[in-house]
Amino acid sequence: MTGSREKVLGKIRAALADVPREERPEDVDVPRGYAPSHSDDTIPLLTDRLEDYKAVVHQVSAGDLPDAIATALKRRSLERIAVPPDLPAEWTASAPVTLVRDDGLSIPQLDSVDGVITGCAVAIAETGTIVLDAGAAQGRRAISLVPDYHLCVVRADQVVNGVPEAISRLDPQRPLTWISGPSATSDIELDRVEGVHGPRTLEVLVEEA
Amino acid sequence: MSRTFIGMPAFPAAATDALRDSQLRHNLRKATHTIRDKRDGAVGELDDWAQMRAAGKAIKDRTLRHLDVYLERLEEAVTAAGGTVHWAADAEEANAIVTGLIQDTGEREVVKVKSMATQEIELNNALERAGISAYETDLAELIVQLGDDLPSHILVPAIHRNRAEIREIFLRKMGEWGVPAPENLSDQPDALAEAARVHLRQKFLDAKVAISGANFAVAETGTLVVLESEGNGRMCLTLPETLISVVGIEKIVPTWSDLEVFLQLLPRSSTGERMNPYTSTWTGPTPGDGPQEFHLVLLDNGRSDVLADKVGRQALRCIRCSACLNICPVYERTGGHAYGSVYPGPIGAILNPQLHGTSGEVDASLPYASSLCGACYEVCPVAIDIPEVLVHLREKVASGPGHRTEKAAMSATGWMFGGDRRLGLAQRVLSATRALAPKRMPGPASAWTDTRDLPDIPKESFRQWWRAREKERQRRDDGKGGERP
Repeated sequence: MTGSREKVLGKIRAALADVPREERPEDVDVPRGYAPSHSDDTIPLLTDRLEDYKAVVHQVSAGDLPDAIATALKRRSLERIAVPPDLPAEWTASAPVTLVRDDGLSIPQLDSVDGVITGCAVAIAETGTIVLDAGAAQGRRAISLVPDYHLCVVRADQVVNGVPEAISRLDPQRPLTWISGPSATSDIELDRVEGVHGPRTLEVLVEEA
Repeated sequence: MSRTFIGMPAFPAAATDALRDSQLRHNLRKATHTIRDKRDGAVGELDDWAQMRAAGKAIKDRTLRHLDVYLERLEEAVTAAGGTVHWAADAEEANAIVTGLIQDTGEREVVKVKSMATQEIELNNALERAGISAYETDLAELIVQLGDDLPSHILVPAIHRNRAEIREIFLRKMGEWGVPAPENLSDQPDALAEAARVHLRQKFLDAKVAISGANFAVAETGTLVVLESEGNGRMCLTLPETLISVVGIEKIVPTWSDLEVFLQLLPRSSTGERMNPYTSTWTGPTPGDGPQEFHLVLLDNGRSDVLADKVGRQALRCIRCSACLNICPVYERTGGHAYGSVYPGPIGAILNPQLHGTSGEVDASLPYASSLCGACYEVCPVAIDIPEVLVHLREKVASGPGHRTEKAAMSATGWMFGGDRRLGLAQRVLSATRALAPKRMPGPASAWTDTRDLPDIPKESFRQWWRAREKERQRRDDGKGGERP
């Protein structure tokens, strides 16, 4: 700790002289009349919203997942694909690519692969958002950032309707990355264009319920 | 050395110059109308927007009324998570802390995530004086930095530039560091975005130190939250070894679950998206993942003075979405530079005079940089009653030393109605007398109403007054050039 801690806190306390001494933070009422979510058709909605943000989305049955992964990679002629160390081996069983396992790859090594495959922690249907928490089948944050192509697998039981449900499922102690479509910018005349520093292609395989 | 806002002319003079810049007005009109429509769509999708807005307002009020408690809670949680917390009473102290932290790493370059707090304290200038190069990585900030320009919007600092101007800046300046723009660069937004990607790529991959702000800091858990679109934020927050976040003390929310409100309010109000492309949250350093050293610099820099004003403190609820700028008829016509601060538009008009005091000419004129039409309050996701605070601040200016009120008020009216649609706008303003009505200003506010009677001016009188004023201005202008500040 450095700096003017006591000075700043002292000024704040003086500024709040009008707040009754006995008032506790929870005495300030917060009306929670907003809805926990705004729709129920979870997976179709997730697909629709992801596509709206220019992600490529496929709904697949659990059994078809390895073929769907292989097809997606083949279609783009991708050759070297980074994977987190704990990615289920069956996912990539039929993929015609060289898997580059992340056992602490350097940044230049990550920059040299064609793409990455990960799972996720939660997906939010109504905002078209996928959340990674560095947990199972996801790896550390850098692997889903540096490669230009991100293929993400979403299990049906990971999909929630609205933001509040996602917040309650997630553990803030983990580093979280919320992803809604490929990287984009609206900085030129406030027109949205996709593809800046993050992966320029986001492809999502959503397991059918 | 980058440009600063210091020495800018007061709002009426700066606005008059801006109004004459037809390119600027065209750029702004196009951009603000695009984003307004998007915001309306994103907000209109949720039938509980009013309830969400009420919750957002109340959560921020709870935080502000007990800010000392929450700051101590945040400090404890960040420290427990392995981060180091620093306290900066003012800009100078914050800059010294950040400079020292960078010098401790031995690095001479840093990458930056777009941050209003570091713009406010002019960190880049302080770092430059210490021999440290700071690279802005947000596309709009990059445009501003390369163009040796000033930010004019909270969300899109280069909103005053159109695609042709951006192309020209990229061609001229990208070669000075990083990868130059290709010679055949077009002015299509996707080509410009691609040029920025290539220009910055190696800087990201090599960076050892990053500087960020934060949209939210969760007191309960010590979690920092950054919303962004391009992935430049993720690059800065993930790849370097050291991360330094400069965060205003009002950015706190009490609990993790409170984010369920703000992660809906902010993207829809700001970029008009259901969710921005990327949001990163982190709680201290994570072994083997991202920066292993994390510093949080808590910045006061006038915020505790704002907190002391019972009417004005609501300005600290602001989550920097910029919806008030985008809707404001005054901002649309004058642009952000006229406000003389990194915080332009309606929120700037109530924040700057409170952060800096009203002794300066610029800050004293800002409470008059409004028609009090109330649109800013309607769109504010945390229900800041900007017209109420403006009137309150006018009263403060009026009760200050000298007779500045009439001068500031009348010259403000002059620029407000400048331009080709002045009468139509004037009539709209005259009918929107919501906050101008004398009944809203009892007691000491009479000092303000004594010098203001705009709503009662009949149409013809206004036009006659305007013509006379215009003639006078023309006469003055003939004697000097009209360079934009």
